[in-house]
Amino acid sequence: MELIIEGVRQALALLLALDRELLAITWLSLKVSCSATLISLALGLPSGTLLALSDFPGRRLIISMVNTGMGLPPVVVGLFVTIFLWRNGPIGFLEILYTPTAMVLAQAVIATPIVTGITIASIQNLPAKLKLQILALGATRLQMVRILVREARLPLLAAVMAGFGGVISEVGASMMVGGNIKGQTRVLTTATVMETGKGNFEVAIALSLVLLGLAFGVNYLLTVIQQRERPR
Amino acid sequence: MLIARMLIAVLMLAMSIGGGAAFAADGGGKTIILATTTSTQDSGLLDLLLPIFEKQSGYQVKTISVGSGQAMKMGERGEADVLLVHSPAAEQKFMAAGFGATRRLVMHNDFVIVGPAADPARIKGVGAIEAFRRIASSGALFASRGDNSGTHAKEQGLWKAAGLNPEGQQWYQQTGLGMGQTLNVAAEKKGYTLTDRATYLALRKSLGLDILSEGDGKLLNVYHVLELNSARWPKINRAGGKAFADFMVSQQAQQLIGSFGVSRYGSALFFPDAGKSPASLGL
Repeated sequence: MELIIEGVRQALALLLALDRELLAITWLSLKVSCSATLISLALGLPSGTLLALSDFPGRRLIISMVNTGMGLPPVVVGLFVTIFLWRNGPIGFLEILYTPTAMVLAQAVIATPIVTGITIASIQNLPAKLKLQILALGATRLQMVRILVREARLPLLAAVMAGFGGVISEVGASMMVGGNIKGQTRVLTTATVMETGKGNFEVAIALSLVLLGLAFGVNYLLTVIQQRERPR
Repeated sequence: MLIARMLIAVLMLAMSIGGGAAFAADGGGKTIILATTTSTQDSGLLDLLLPIFEKQSGYQVKTISVGSGQAMKMGERGEADVLLVHSPAAEQKFMAAGFGATRRLVMHNDFVIVGPAADPARIKGVGAIEAFRRIASSGALFASRGDNSGTHAKEQGLWKAAGLNPEGQQWYQQTGLGMGQTLNVAAEKKGYTLTDRATYLALRKSLGLDILSEGDGKLLNVYHVLELNSARWPKINRAGGKAFADFMVSQQAQQLIGSFGVSRYGSALFFPDAGKSPASLGL
C-alpha cells in the first residue's frame, strides 16, 4: 500500500516538476499512437464502409478475417513487422527499424482491423430501409454513402476510441520494433516495463498513471464530441 | 466531398508526423545498433557511458537490450553492429563459426546465488555447485531465467557441473523474463535464483532476498565486446562497431566502469579488465 501511495506521490512530483524525460516520453506515445490511429482511420473507414455496403463473393470471408484481426496480438504484429524491417529483410531498405516510424507502422497494423470491423458493424446497424429510402429520394450512390456515414458517425467515433485505446496501451509491438531506445523510441508502455525490471516501482507507477491519464483525456475528448452530436 | 477531403488531410497529417519523427531519429547513417544484455542496461551502466561515447564519436547508439543469446542471434543475422555480452562459451562458438571479427575483454563482476533469509536448503556459505545440489535435494523452489541469456547459460553450466538435470522438476520454475523480473518472482515465491551482482544490488531494497553463496571462482561473470564480421553481412556498420568496441576498452571508459556505482551502492558493480589475458580471470 505504501508503494502505491509513494508511486502516486512521485508521479505527481514528476508531473509537477515537468520532468523533461517524462514529457518527451509522453509526447512520443501520443504522437505515435495518434499517427497510427489516423492511418488506421484513413484505411479502415473507407474499406469498412465498402465492405458493409457492397456484395461480392468472398465478402463474408473478408469480414471474418477483419473480425479476427480485431484481436490481433500486438506481439505477433511486432514479430512480423520486425522480421520485415530487418536490414536483410524484405523491406529492410527503408531503414526504419528501431525508429518511431516503425512503431507507427506496427500500431497502424494493429488498429486498422479494429477500425474496419467497427465501421462495418456501425454501417450495417443502420436501419436497412434507410438505404432504400435515400435512393428512392433520387440520391446518387455516392450521396447515399455520404449520408449513411453521417448517420453512423456516433458509432464511428467509437471506432476511433477503440483503435486509439488498442494502440496507446500495447507494449509488445512497440518493444520489438522500437527497441525502447532512450530519447528515441521509448514510450510510456515500454518505459513502464523497463522501470519494473529495474525495480523502480515508483517510477513505473508514475508512468502508468500518466498513461491512464492520457488514455482518459483522449477518450474524454472524443466522448464529449460524440455526446454533443447525439440526436435528440 | 467532405469525407474524402477529411481522409486526405488525415493521411497527410499522419505521414508528416510519422515521417518527421523518423527523420529526427535517424541521424543519416551515423547510427550503431548495439545488442547487449539486460544487466548492462538495468544496472544503469550504459546510461553513463553512451552519452560520452556519442558526444566524442558523433555516432548515435541504438541499444537493444535483450538476453546474450538473442543478442548473438541478432549478430549472426547481421541485424546489429556490435555486441556487448556475457556468455563466454557461446561467444567462443560464435567466433569459431566466423560471425565475429574481434572479441575483446571489457569487464567482469560476479554471479551470486540469492534466496530467502530462512534458507530452507541450507546453502549459506557453501560453494556454487554444492549449493545447487542442496537446492535440488531439498526441493526448494529455484527461479530460472529460462531465456538463453548469459545468466541462464551460466546456470545451466552449473547444473551440468553438479551432475543434475533440473528440467521438468516441480521445484524448478522457468520465468522467461529478464533478471530484474526473475528476482521479483524469486522474492515473491521465497525461492532461490542465480543473478549477476549488479542487478541484485540495484534491486536489493525492494526484494528481501539475501546473498547466500558467493565468491566461488565458477561464479565469475565476464563481459566481452564483439565486433561483427561485415564480410558476411555488408550492411553492418563496421566503422561504427569498431569505434564503440575501441571506446569500451579505452582508458576513459575503463575508469568510468570501475567507479560506476561506488557512491550509490558502496562498492563497484563492474571491474574493468581491458587488455588483461583471459587466463588471469580463469577463462
